[in-house]
Amino acid sequence: MIKEHQHYYVPAQSYWPIVGAVGLFIMAIGGVNVLHQQAYGWYTFLAGSLIIALMMFGWFGSVIVESQKGLYSEQLDRSFRWGMVWFIFSEVMFFAAFFGALFFARYLSVPWLGGLGAKVSTHTVLWEHFQATWPLLINPDPSKFIGPTQAMHAWGIPAINTLILLCSGATITAAHHALKNNHRPALKRWLAITIFLAAVFLSLQAYEYHHAYTTMGLKLNSGIYGATFFMLTGFHGAHVTIGTLMLMVILFRAFSGHFTPEKHFAFEAAAWYWHFVDAIWLIVFVLVYWL
Amino acid sequence: MSTIPIEVQDHNPHHSAPPGIKRWLLTTNHKDIGTLYLWFSLLMFLLGGSMAMGIRAELFKPGLQFFEPHFFNQLTTMHGLIMIFGAVMPAFVGLANWMLPIMIGAPDMALPRMNNWSFWILPFAFTLLISTLFMKGGAPDFGWTAYAPLSTTYGPKSTDFFIFSIHLMGISSIMGAINIIATILNLRAPSMTLMKMPIFVWTWLITAFLLIAVMPILAGAVTMMLMDRNFGTSFFNAAGGGDPVMYQHIFWFFGHPEVYIMILPSFGIMSEIIPTFSRKRLFGYPSMVYATCSIAFLSFLVWAHHMFTTGMPVIGEIYFMLATMLIAVPTGVKIFNWVATMFRGSLSFETPMLFAVAFLIMFTMGGFSGLMLAIVPADFQYHDTYFVVAHFHYVLVPGAIFGIMAAVYYWLPKWTGHYYSEHLSKVHFWLSAISINVLFFPMHFLGLAGMPRRIPDYALEFADFNRIASIGGFVFGASQLIFLYIIIKTIRGGEKAPALVWEGANGLEWTLSSPPPYHSFSTPPLVP
Repeated sequence: MIKEHQHYYVPAQSYWPIVGAVGLFIMAIGGVNVLHQQAYGWYTFLAGSLIIALMMFGWFGSVIVESQKGLYSEQLDRSFRWGMVWFIFSEVMFFAAFFGALFFARYLSVPWLGGLGAKVSTHTVLWEHFQATWPLLINPDPSKFIGPTQAMHAWGIPAINTLILLCSGATITAAHHALKNNHRPALKRWLAITIFLAAVFLSLQAYEYHHAYTTMGLKLNSGIYGATFFMLTGFHGAHVTIGTLMLMVILFRAFSGHFTPEKHFAFEAAAWYWHFVDAIWLIVFVLVYWL
Repeated sequence: MSTIPIEVQDHNPHHSAPPGIKRWLLTTNHKDIGTLYLWFSLLMFLLGGSMAMGIRAELFKPGLQFFEPHFFNQLTTMHGLIMIFGAVMPAFVGLANWMLPIMIGAPDMALPRMNNWSFWILPFAFTLLISTLFMKGGAPDFGWTAYAPLSTTYGPKSTDFFIFSIHLMGISSIMGAINIIATILNLRAPSMTLMKMPIFVWTWLITAFLLIAVMPILAGAVTMMLMDRNFGTSFFNAAGGGDPVMYQHIFWFFGHPEVYIMILPSFGIMSEIIPTFSRKRLFGYPSMVYATCSIAFLSFLVWAHHMFTTGMPVIGEIYFMLATMLIAVPTGVKIFNWVATMFRGSLSFETPMLFAVAFLIMFTMGGFSGLMLAIVPADFQYHDTYFVVAHFHYVLVPGAIFGIMAAVYYWLPKWTGHYYSEHLSKVHFWLSAISINVLFFPMHFLGLAGMPRRIPDYALEFADFNRIASIGGFVFGASQLIFLYIIIKTIRGGEKAPALVWEGANGLEWTLSSPPPYHSFSTPPLVP
């Protein structure tokens, strides 16, 4: 233990954090300007995003270089592990907010608007013709929020997507086993297959969105059903995209000869993240599509 | 806290701080980052405080004196946001950065570069937030809680800036908390087991967990707000099947643990200071740990006690009332333990201890008014009155802020190598402790008599108490300039402080010289 402590690597000064802070700032200003349709909104936003991308490239790059130089002790490795675990936990809680909104809408606000229990007067005073159903196709005030013509079915594309993500969970584990057995070709193969499955998932998701918007009338603004549907599946999709980018970096590094059977935390972090995305999808599938 | 014998550490003097502005912009040193956090927090405290002065000036007498009602609303909103996210939280993170590695015998924080990023996001986030004051349509004016539909349908355009600044603050807090957890779990000196950690470290471990658990919930809430405002979703709009009250549920699921985020580190500070100046070990160390954990656990189960008047089902109100009252048990354990620590101790009342004793008394008062608010039928009367304002200012100012001030006086000699002026700091303490009661105590009466919060004008019968409160407020505000002066004076010079700043103090931080070397522990210290 004492030896490990002596080798704990405290990095020298770094430009990347301040670059990242400036990037976030410019991104936020750009984001608001886009929403407010101000001049240069998109340019500002893209400039901020570019700075963030540059920062991530440079920052992760220097971490990789330091790691390849062998500067990192086992103890530092554990710091990274704790960091990743708690980061994923924070992501779980972010999704929890939206699942909470879905739960509240479905079991409380919509039934209450329909006059459940003691809320009879809410019903009669606000919209007395409203009927509580789920999925909510006719909104309380259909003149303000036009509902979808039909609900999304679970046993089409969503079920296929579930299968695809579950398979990708298996293939990433296969890649991990290959890495631990120092079987490099299998590592690259399984990683590539995982990335391929992710791309298929995202394409099917994009097709589903297109279908929802064009033929089902299911949109972000079609009431609480559309809002919860698109926010939950959309944020999940965004996280799949992030996870896929991680896996691509890992594949690239695998081709560059990084990782040993003993030390490959970056791989494990990406795999954890992938399993997290997978688990969230299962909940999305059950609560958003199925039940 | 466990007793740790004082050993002189052999430090490597080769590493020192690089010169110039780059030292602060690019730093990976936990002490530098702690210092940045603390200065930022003090700046925000003075800014948020000057807004409070504006509020008290407007309320000095009935009628409108200085501000339009719309601007008054912006002032209360910004005061709340700046004090919570700009003053109290960064101050605690700053104290954590400075003290945690030293208290657990670590070389630095676990992830030093991310630590720097956590800090430097904050000045940008607050630039974004404060700039809204100068925008067309004004700053956010819906209170720091940002209830829908005030923030969605009726919010000013600048609300979108507010939303993104909250996102940035959330990113900063989450990364800071991840860093703190990783440091505590992974970088303790080999023989420092969890149950040997100083209580300040324990409370920060729990606080960091709370931060990681609930800041994303706030991010989710403001994201839904952003979508409702700009993309036509109907999360908080009943016309589309949503519910404005849903915002309150999500917000307070964040908001209640947030309250404990702002007080648990203060509990930790008290648990360091009171034993030192009682010259005894902390009474009931394990029960302190369990009480902290229980408070954190319960904080997730009581959020709707902020919403008793929203028309929840009665069964819900009863549940939230009882669960809320349950929190008094672990909090009572803590108060009991602090008093028992002082009991038959060899007490001395240096400034940190004065703040600690004031904390004990006034925080308990704030806790009791909290119990009053927890009673559902009584809350129907108190809700949204000055009684609530009195309650949360009693727990936040003599609770969180006095905790921070006590910590600053307690560790300032360690940070700077100089003792502060005990005479001046006592003036600061007494002025603050008296004026704060003049400021907030009459608000209880105002609230019980029915004066609503967040209004620029009021009925004539509230005039006397408001005037008293305003006078207290101005004295309290002015006294903080003494605090600023003391800090600057202590940094610039003063009586030299030895490694063991307080003779009764225990812990690893007192084994290092004052000020400690730029890199604290190059080899892990021994903890028996």
